Amino acid sequence: MLQYIIKRLLLLPFLLFIFSLFAFFIIQAPPGDFVTSYIAELAASGSSMGQAQIDALRDMYGLDQPMSVQYLKWMGRILHGDLGVSLDWQRPNLELIEERLLLTVMLGAFTFIFTWAMAIPIGILSATRQYSFFDYFFTVFNYMGVATPTFMTALVLMWLAFKYFGISITGLFSPEYVDAPWSWGRFVDLLKHMWLPAVILGMDGTARLARIMRANLLDELNKPYVEMARAKGLSEWQLVLKYPVRLAINPLVSTIGWYLPLLFSGSVIVATVLNLPTIGPMLLRSLTNQDMFLAGAIVLIYSFLAIIGTLISDILLAWLDPRIRMEEG
Amino acid sequence: MPRPPATQDWGDPRETELSTPVIPKEIGLAMPAVGAVAESFYVAPNWKLVWWRFKKHRLAVVSAVVLFFIAVIALVPGFFSTQDPNQTNAQELFIPVQSIHLFDNGRLRPFVYGVSGERNPRTLRMEWEIDETKKIPVRFLVQGYEYKILGLLPARLHILGVDAVEDGASLHLLGTDRLGRDQWSRLMYGSQVSLSIGLVSVFLSIFLGILLGGISGYFGGISDLVIQRMIELLQSLPPIPIWMALTAAMPREWSVEQVYFAITVILSLIGWTTLAREVRGRFLALREEDFVIAARLSGCSQMRIIFRHMLPAFTSHIIAASTLAIPVMIINETFLSFLGLGLRPPAISWGVLLQEAQNLQSIALAPWLLLPGLAVIITVLALNILGDGLRDAADPYRH
Repeated sequence: MLQYIIKRLLLLPFLLFIFSLFAFFIIQAPPGDFVTSYIAELAASGSSMGQAQIDALRDMYGLDQPMSVQYLKWMGRILHGDLGVSLDWQRPNLELIEERLLLTVMLGAFTFIFTWAMAIPIGILSATRQYSFFDYFFTVFNYMGVATPTFMTALVLMWLAFKYFGISITGLFSPEYVDAPWSWGRFVDLLKHMWLPAVILGMDGTARLARIMRANLLDELNKPYVEMARAKGLSEWQLVLKYPVRLAINPLVSTIGWYLPLLFSGSVIVATVLNLPTIGPMLLRSLTNQDMFLAGAIVLIYSFLAIIGTLISDILLAWLDPRIRMEEG
Repeated sequence: MPRPPATQDWGDPRETELSTPVIPKEIGLAMPAVGAVAESFYVAPNWKLVWWRFKKHRLAVVSAVVLFFIAVIALVPGFFSTQDPNQTNAQELFIPVQSIHLFDNGRLRPFVYGVSGERNPRTLRMEWEIDETKKIPVRFLVQGYEYKILGLLPARLHILGVDAVEDGASLHLLGTDRLGRDQWSRLMYGSQVSLSIGLVSVFLSIFLGILLGGISGYFGGISDLVIQRMIELLQSLPPIPIWMALTAAMPREWSVEQVYFAITVILSLIGWTTLAREVRGRFLALREEDFVIAARLSGCSQMRIIFRHMLPAFTSHIIAASTLAIPVMIINETFLSFLGLGLRPPAISWGVLLQEAQNLQSIALAPWLLLPGLAVIITVLALNILGDGLRDAADPYRH
């Protein structure tokens, strides 16, 4: 087990290296370099910089040197915790991202819990009552859940809430808590606002997972051991929950690996529509304003979050399923 | 030929086990006499079995029909639209939906009510009201603005329209947007781009998927290892931020066609991984099959084994998997265009249309701007159901 985890951890720096190359490519993609844009931005706001300062900046970013040197300098600064300065916000990127990162991760975690809490019972009920009204109802729901783009759900709900209740469901905090420091009240306020984006974001995932759960469980329910247990006189619920469900959940754990990246990915759009203070809308804004160092940093962080998610699912799977850790160990 | 009596149906295989060949229940349909069925079942080529089984999935057949109509619209959007989709009209901003009424005083005479607008003195915004005193008759197959069929043949015929524009007689089936453009016509034109982007990026994905998945599955070894790691790497990335970054990196001065092509490439960059996995899995399973071993022993070249023996055995799977991949691409294009990073106006796609409904202000003012979303949902739903039906039918021997 330990050996397996270490093996996965050793892969981490390599993956990060590849993602950092990609993020660097994004930063370099638009024409012009950072320092020139920075000077232009400063000039636009009325201040200016001395030639010595400009030269120091050019040197810091290695603008006169080849790409590889620029990359190494950028990477070196990142490893020292310096993600650069945002052109658009005139603040260090790290600060900007830090504020929003916690909320992004919380939204992801919250949605994830919601998805599983919904999908597993739905899957179990659909499988044990195959072809019942309940099963058909959720089949339709699942198809709709997959077919509706998340932003549509968000927009429609937003419109309905506005039209019939006259309220705006955007944001994650009530006005009095937006800039307040963290407190118990603020946390409760956050939970009050977060459930809706979580439901919207998790709809698609719930539909997919419930379908997988249903299929897995249907496979298990036909196996002889279930019949055996039934013949022994176990009550139906005890039987289903104790054996087949546990086996059917295993393949579900392996979906975490692809579901978490999708979750963070989808949250960009939901957060943009609902105007949530996560890093998603910030990425969109930085890309449209060509604030590339911020965009690169956010892409890097998204990749990092996704990898951590995959890592957790790998470890969880190895812990749950001895066949995997034996094979790889 | 007479139908066999019900008791002789293919209901329970156990009853017929010894006397007649067992025909899976799923396939036993449109059956003539017993012997003939058995024969036609055993000599039927694979595609026929797939077709028989597919026909049983009624929802999938309905979806196929729906998709056929959508495809026709996408081919000749000009015929189905009522106005030039890019024609702006400052006098007709935000006109609400004018729904068609089929019967006029008990007689089949389709018409829409006219709208009359008044400028709100405080907000200076036009406010429209349905004017029930004015009936505008709707005609079928009328002459209208000129468009080109498939970009080649000029034509003026439209399926719906109103008589030569009298004063204020306009037909806006789905209302108009903030520039007074007719949303129905824009929706028709948008289907062309949205559907074709889905198709083209899936074709690119299939190409990459079969190539790399095939190499991975057939040859195994080190190439398998490298390709599998690459797929894992790509799949562990959160796709939307990556796509956003890539599309934002496209030069601003690119033409609509260049952007269109770049988006299909960007979408298939991650899309091929799912198909490659599918292909690899099939190759691994088929590699050990008797008929492949037989082909190898009789001295077939590797190319012949792959293309003549293995590929036909899972074409139906690839078609099913690709059908399921198209809706994913369509939704992703909608996402990108909705965020303003995908196709840019003057190109029209469903995502571009939905961009008009991006915030609460515009939806509160003009809720009908959300309607193009319905087109996305219907198309994606139909494609998903069709794909599921094809996937179930793809393997006629499994029940």
